[in-house]
Amino acid sequence: MLGIGKRDTTLLIVVTALALLAPFLLNPFPEGSAMAQFNAGYPDLMQRFVIFGIFAIGFNILFGLTGYLSFGHAAFLGIGSYAAVWMFKLLGYNILPGMVLSVIVSALFALLIGYISLRRSGIYFSILTLAFAQMLFAIAYSDLIGRFVGTSITNGETGLQVYNSDPQYFHSVDKPNIPHLFGQEMQSTYTLDAGAWSFDFNFGYYFCALILIAMFYLAIRIFRSPFGLMLRAVKSNQQRMNYTGLNTKPYTLAAFVISGMYAGLAGGLMASMDPLAGAERMQWTASGEVVLMTILGGAGTLIGPVLGAGFIKYFENIFAKINDNVLHGWFAFLPDGLEDMMVTLVHPFVGKGWHLTLGLMFMLVVIFLPGGLVEGGQRIGKVFRRRDEKAGSVESDAAEQRKPAAE
Amino acid sequence: MAILEVKNVGKRFGGLQALSDVNLSVAENSVHAIIGPNGAGKSTLLNCLVGKLIPDTGSVMFDGQSVLGRKPYEINQMGISRVFQTPEIFGDLTVMENMMIPCFAKRDGSFRMHAIESVGNESEITGRAEHMLEDMHLIDKREMHAAAMSRGDKRRLEIAMCLAQDPRLLLLDEPTAGMARADTNNTIDLLKRIKEERDITIAIIEHDMHVVFSLAERITVLAQGTPLVEDTPDKIKGHPKVREAYLGETQQAA
Repeated sequence: MLGIGKRDTTLLIVVTALALLAPFLLNPFPEGSAMAQFNAGYPDLMQRFVIFGIFAIGFNILFGLTGYLSFGHAAFLGIGSYAAVWMFKLLGYNILPGMVLSVIVSALFALLIGYISLRRSGIYFSILTLAFAQMLFAIAYSDLIGRFVGTSITNGETGLQVYNSDPQYFHSVDKPNIPHLFGQEMQSTYTLDAGAWSFDFNFGYYFCALILIAMFYLAIRIFRSPFGLMLRAVKSNQQRMNYTGLNTKPYTLAAFVISGMYAGLAGGLMASMDPLAGAERMQWTASGEVVLMTILGGAGTLIGPVLGAGFIKYFENIFAKINDNVLHGWFAFLPDGLEDMMVTLVHPFVGKGWHLTLGLMFMLVVIFLPGGLVEGGQRIGKVFRRRDEKAGSVESDAAEQRKPAAE
Repeated sequence: MAILEVKNVGKRFGGLQALSDVNLSVAENSVHAIIGPNGAGKSTLLNCLVGKLIPDTGSVMFDGQSVLGRKPYEINQMGISRVFQTPEIFGDLTVMENMMIPCFAKRDGSFRMHAIESVGNESEITGRAEHMLEDMHLIDKREMHAAAMSRGDKRRLEIAMCLAQDPRLLLLDEPTAGMARADTNNTIDLLKRIKEERDITIAIIEHDMHVVFSLAERITVLAQGTPLVEDTPDKIKGHPKVREAYLGETQQAA
């Protein structure tokens, strides 16, 4: 179906189902219950899940396939956001022009940065991309270009936002004064109350989710194409590539630009959900985050980056919310002294200390599951299959034992 | 007619003159062996032919065109394929994928952006790759990871990958190094078969005199960076200069 294999089709259906049913899946606990704080079905959080999912899918096309570890991909995310907000300022709040421009501008930057950085490989390539990203961050943070041209380009530390005085040529009174798609507001949310449960269906989320599905499909096509095969060959053995008459540079550069465009698209979507663009989006910590997502989920696998992005964003938002009051609530059944001790013990790992838990989990995954969460899933799958086989062989044994009796 | 013409090639690494005044002419459709003791400059010479090294002096002409200053992939596209001492294959990919890559390279040139097409739809390429694997008796291993194969199979795959590009000149750098006797004999038979079936020139660097004398039509002996003699295998065997360079190694093999 759709020109992809059977297993890939299954994967696409799984991702589609996860994305479309997320408002249900992420809100499994009834409102007001003790577990409700583990619900993640809020529009802005769900939007972040899919936006970072798109970012990670794109990053994986470069890192997972060619093995080139870029440490500056957040720069393209930031560039995408700035480009989109500029479209809001100049043309109006319809998000389409912003999305298109964010992809184009990030592609141009990726072409330039990739062309220079790909002169080196390994750690030197990583350092070059990091240096470029930090330079762009510094330029955006200090609004360096704005100072030269006389008008603010990135609006420095405040971040770029839309003001009433902006031209917005295509804006009119009948159109919403927030990001929209042909009048349909990104913020509009329909809340479905079902008993103790409440589910939010947000237009912006579904817009992002559809783009995620399309981008996932595109990634499958790229993975399974001759181009994808060449990228994997680059990762495996560049020497043999060269002695097979293949110039690796255009392949790696194309992969770099494609992944930069994915990042720009994610940045554009971010700005479309919340019409702001700040320099901190381009900082090296943000670049590191997408590396973590991809490795945690499983670099080089199709679904891994999506899982990794969801996993990290869930941690960042849900674990970070657990404070001492919540902990006291959990351990209330223990005697007083013991309760306080447990809270003190768990405290460093939750709330502001969520990075500590994430770090530990990352270490465990890298050491025991080098293939990321996807490998974990495959191992569990294998255990079940083996159990099935055993069960099957027990049955056949029993059948064989029955046979002589029948004779 | 000579397909490969090396003239006055010299290469210096710091204080070491690795090659000096090398002249070599490989006739089209011949099997030419380059032998010599360790450190004679055989590998340096080979690297100069494929663009990995650029000689300091002299010229290297392939089919009337200079290869100097060209990148390895460009030289490969001219029709020179190289088999390495340690098989250079795509270890992370399956045997079939390994085989498809040179087929794509042969058809599409050094780069083609076909990101949306599916490998599975390229029946012409998959057919060619399957045919090559069958020919090399590797078809049962098509879904295997190339890195998991035995040394002999890796070597055969590498040779098959080179042949899939229909090269005019095949360069082999000690193709039987580290191989068991049986594998070595299989490789000799394979190369003989390739020579019979195709219009191809083979240049081979080899330590194993058994391999050299079973295959070569002409032999160049290299010592201390310069060609000592060039002649037919029979003449080389009894040549006093060669005996001197090898101290009887040839006699043993013969």
